[in-house]
Formats: sequence, C-alpha cells, structure tokens
Amino acid sequence: MLTAQWLYALTGCVVMALGLRTALLHPSLLRRVLAINIMGSGVFMLLVAVAYRGPDLAPDPVPHALVLTGIVVAVSATALALALARRLARERADE
Amino acid sequence: MSPLSLALFDILLLVSIVVLAWTALTSADDRRSVILFMAFGLVVALAWARLLAPDVALAEAAIGAGLSGALLLAALRELPSAVPSSGQALRQRATQGTVSVLSAALAGMLAWILTAHFEGPARDELARAVATHLELSGVSNPVTAVLLNFRGYDTLLELAVLLAAVLGILALGPGRAAYRPSGPIFDALARWLTPLLLVTAGYLLWVGAHAPGGAFQAGATLAAAGIVLRLAGSEWIGLPHDGAVLRLVMAAGVGVFLAVGVSLLVLGRPFLGYPPAWAGALILLIESAATLAIAATLVLAFIGGRLPTEADRKGDAVTAPAAGAGANPDPSDNGEPRPC
Repeated sequence: MLTAQWLYALTGCVVMALGLRTALLHPSLLRRVLAINIMGSGVFMLLVAVAYRGPDLAPDPVPHALVLTGIVVAVSATALALALARRLARERADE
Repeated sequence: MSPLSLALFDILLLVSIVVLAWTALTSADDRRSVILFMAFGLVVALAWARLLAPDVALAEAAIGAGLSGALLLAALRELPSAVPSSGQALRQRATQGTVSVLSAALAGMLAWILTAHFEGPARDELARAVATHLELSGVSNPVTAVLLNFRGYDTLLELAVLLAAVLGILALGPGRAAYRPSGPIFDALARWLTPLLLVTAGYLLWVGAHAPGGAFQAGATLAAAGIVLRLAGSEWIGLPHDGAVLRLVMAAGVGVFLAVGVSLLVLGRPFLGYPPAWAGALILLIESAATLAIAATLVLAFIGGRLPTEADRKGDAVTAPAAGAGANPDPSDNGEPRPC
C-alpha cells in the first residue's frame, strides 16, 4: 500500500462527508449546490487516488476517464440547478 | 524531489484542501464561499497533477474551478441569501448533530473499505487491457482512448446529459441581459485574451490525441473565451444569431457521434467500433464537433437561458421577453436581477 495514495483517498472521504453535511443542512440553495460540487470533488479524489500506482508506474486511465466524465456532468447539473433556483427566486419575488 | 519534501508537499496540499472545503462550506457570506470554492478547485487541480492525472487537472482547473465558479458567481446576485428561520432551534440542533454523525460515519466506512481495497492485491486488469489495445485505438493518450474509443458509449451519453441540461436551462426562460460595455482596460484585456483562448482551445483539441488535453478541456477553454466576451459587454459572443443554427451547434456533439456510430453499423461493424486505420480521424471528427457543442452549451449555461430573439432586440427591452416566453408575459421578466 502506498502511503500517498491512502492519504489522498482518506482526504477524499473527509471532503465528501463535509460536503454531504452542508448539502443536507444549509438553508441557502446556492450553498447546497456548492456543497454538492465539493462532495463530487471528494468522490473524484477517491477515484484518482485509486488510479494512482506510484511514481514509477503509469496510472490507470479508466478512473481518470470516469472523473473527466464526472466533472462535465457535474458542471451541467450545477448549471441546471442554478437556472432552476434562479427561476424559483423569480417566481417567489412575484408572489 | 526527495521523498521527504514530497511528503511535506502532500501534507500541505491535503490540509489546504480540507481547510478550503470547510471554510467554503461554512462561511457566513455566500460571496466569500463561492470565491473559496474556486480556490478549492484550483488546489484540487494541483492534487490531480500530483497524482499523475494531468488530463483531469486541466479539466478541473477549466471546468471545476473556472466555469462552475463563474456560474455560481453569476447566480449570487439573483438568489436570495438564506434567511435563518427562527424557532425550532432545539430540533434543528438535533438534526444537525444527527446529520454530522451520520456523515462522519459514512466517511469512516468509506475509508475502511478503501484501506481494505489498498491492502489487497493490486487490481489492474483494465489498465493492462487499455495498454495492450492502445495501438488499435487511433490515439496514444490512454485517457482519450478510453473516452472516445473503448468507452465511447459513456462519452456519447455524457454529451446527451449535457444537451438535456442545456435544453432544461433554455426552457426556464430568457437569459441574463448582457453586461454593460466594458471600460478601456478590460476591453484591451478581452482583445488579448480572446484570441489566446481560441488558439489554446484548438491546441488542446489537437494535442489530446497524444498528450493531456481533448474535447472537454478544449470546449471549456472555448467557453471561457465566450464568457470573457460576455463580460466585456458583447451580447451574442459570436454564437450564431439564427436559432436553428445555434440548435444545430448544440446538438453537434451527440449528432456527429451518433452519425459515426450508425454509419459503422451500416458498414457491418459494431456500433462505434472504429476500424483501426480510421480511428484517429474519426476520433478527431467527433472531438471537434463535441468541442463546439460543449462550448456553446457552457456559454448558454452562463447566460442562464435563451438568447434574446430578433423580436426582443427590436422591441422595448422591458416587454421584449414576453414575445418568446408566451404564457409568461411578466413585464419584469427581463433577466435583470431584482431586489426581493
């Protein structure tokens, strides 16, 4: 077991849990969207740490491709969520 | 780099990641929180580079930190800041405690599973399969080979997700009005930056075949050029004025990908099973279309809705959006942020 790999994976777990906590608890919609993004970064960190195979071996490209896909899906979900929140704020202001 | 200084670097990096995440999540001010989130994204990109994932680092810096941050910053002014609800304080505290404990338990469980995984024998069947077949993929960057060839299905569906998201955004109403024309300093910066970003996007697209880069990083860089132009006050930012053409560009990624897949099917090959001699050219074709589609999608996401139609532009700015919104003739619906 590589210590670096384990440390990064552990940090990924911590970051994911911190994000989850705020996504569930925070009253602000914007902060919740941000928290879900931070959760995603934690999961990506886990995947990239699993792909790492030490400084001398090339890392596993499959998790890297998964993370790239994940980053793009995360930004499209963020954009849609913010557009929905914006529309919601507009509807509420009209009431 | 000696092992000791590398370990020191790792620890510094990981501590700053956790601290930035924590402060971004718990800061009292939404604006500060968004700016800390962007810093978090950049530091995380550094971690990807450290773990030998330069493709992911590029995408994270351009998309994760850059575009997500820009989207959040643009949304800041328009979303009401959270109103702390009074009462139920005790119940809230109980909920907070429970959620915190359960989140911590989840992190602990994940860490435990990972430790077991790392202590077991190394599982590298997939990595070896990629390395063995890389020559047949048409590209020499293994990540591009996985994305566009070995797991082409995933990328096709990912582009479909992107298209679905932008269709949802367009359906939600008109976008923000363009910013007012920039002053001479930002104007000069935009004049320098935009061509530089365009060239960088083209380079990233081309180089993705054999080095870190590819359609996603190129599309994000192209979108950044659009956002810079938008901030400088340009309304159309180079997107086609014709709605039909714009829709074609948005659908180009999925469309070209599908067309290639179906053509191969007609020629008697499996869906998206490129002949090795043609693979490089087909991947470049698909990636070029995907770059345009990704850039158009991300810029529309930043605008946050439809672009103004010709009717909107001719008419009065106040009543204009009603022309396209149809059932929602709200006079204040002009995309301007309003006090609430």
